[in-house]
Amino acid sequence: MSGHTGPAVVFDQVFKAFGPNHVLRNVSFSVPAGEALCILGRSGTGKSVTLKLLMALIKPDQGSIWVDGDDITRLKPAGVSKARRKMGFLFQDAALFDSLTLYENLALPLRRLTQKTTAEIDFAVDDVLRHVGLAGDKDKFPSSLSGGMRKRAGLARALVLEPRVLLADEPSSGLDRITASEIDELLLRQKHDKGMTVLVVTHDVHGARRVGDQFAVLHKGNLIAHGTASEIESSGDETAQKLISEDYPA
Amino acid sequence: MSNLIEFVGRVSSFGFRVIGDGVRMPFEGAQILNHIIEAGYKSLPLVVPAGFALGTVMTLHTRNTLMTFGAGAMIPTVQALAFFVEIGPLVAGLLLAGRVGSGIGAVLANMRVTEQIDAIESLSIDSFKFLVVPRVLACVVALPLLTLFMDFAGLLGGYLAEYSSSGASFSLYIRRAFADLQWANFVAPTLKTTVFGFIIGTVSSYFGFTTNMGAAGVGRAATNSVVVSSLLVILADVILVKCIFFAFPENAL
Repeated sequence: MSGHTGPAVVFDQVFKAFGPNHVLRNVSFSVPAGEALCILGRSGTGKSVTLKLLMALIKPDQGSIWVDGDDITRLKPAGVSKARRKMGFLFQDAALFDSLTLYENLALPLRRLTQKTTAEIDFAVDDVLRHVGLAGDKDKFPSSLSGGMRKRAGLARALVLEPRVLLADEPSSGLDRITASEIDELLLRQKHDKGMTVLVVTHDVHGARRVGDQFAVLHKGNLIAHGTASEIESSGDETAQKLISEDYPA
Repeated sequence: MSNLIEFVGRVSSFGFRVIGDGVRMPFEGAQILNHIIEAGYKSLPLVVPAGFALGTVMTLHTRNTLMTFGAGAMIPTVQALAFFVEIGPLVAGLLLAGRVGSGIGAVLANMRVTEQIDAIESLSIDSFKFLVVPRVLACVVALPLLTLFMDFAGLLGGYLAEYSSSGASFSLYIRRAFADLQWANFVAPTLKTTVFGFIIGTVSSYFGFTTNMGAAGVGRAATNSVVVSSLLVILADVILVKCIFFAFPENAL
């Protein structure tokens, strides 16, 4: 366990542009350890970029990003790799390795990054697959899984290294209401049962309100609201109020 | 022109990174072996028949001319020299560029587009070392071996064409084929295919790994991988042949 006692995640005046397209402008927020932040906003407002910046998959043009006490924007590659070990990432389309079975998808990071024996790896994979409800599917290839199963498998892979921070990019996109609700339930369990810090990018306000303790609303690259649902609802910002409204279409 | 220079710089930098990461721990032994099987063993059904057919056709084309000049006995020698010195290495290289280069470009581009490469990075695994280095090394190892298969398949095809015309015995054909073949005719041209393999692996991986154009980028990466690596293999061949002649002047026939 880390000795860090401050917020698990801090974005400090982060600026990111792709050519002339300014995706994030001076975005700052923090997430206390063990809480869930849901990032809401219309498409193309920089929500997924926020998660990729956090995972150090892309670099900010300005600003600092702190994860569990480390400024990942100033780390060398070895340090970045170490910082990533603290995080798990559920990608929008799961991003499972399509040439590997479900078991191999999960065993790969365990084989490469831990000293576990084959038996321990088998146990860890079985355990996390059982946790997400895919216990009997470990020999299947990603192409034979349904959308909901792929999300669960992606979540299982994100959890297999037991991260402290879980990042989920549109975990319920493309899923029916019941399956989306099951994924939300799994995210909630990570927070409640394992004390994980969870950051979710979503359009699904219903799911976000279920999972999130705090909400960040991005609009045209700006963070226009950050706080609890009731704080945003009483903020006076009409766009933020609309984006967090349960009536807002997913 | 500046785009071309920029491209050369980027691919060169990519190639140097392959070399640097290739000698850095951990070595991806299992990955390399998998890709050697993919690039080498699975290319045999393409390379062997192609070599056999080329050998047959070459004998059919050259036989009459050589017979006209009373040089029928030279047919096996010409066949062996042509295959071991030039046809085997070059054609094997071009076939590998077509089969494996397009595959590498398409697979890596697809992995980029579907965020699988980001997923590998997010798991604290160096995606370049895990995906690119084994593919390039596999091409470097597999191509000389494929070249040998092509050389001997070509020789066999040539023999069967000759046998169907003159009924020459296999032992006589082989004796004459290797009579004038020096080690330098065999070793240097075969080893030059390691450079071809490096070019094919590096260029194809570059196009796949660096694509940023969504689904359209997958097709473009596959096409560019084949076109550019084939072109560079031919250009490299010209340079390497000059180098071989410089190193082994007796080979300059």
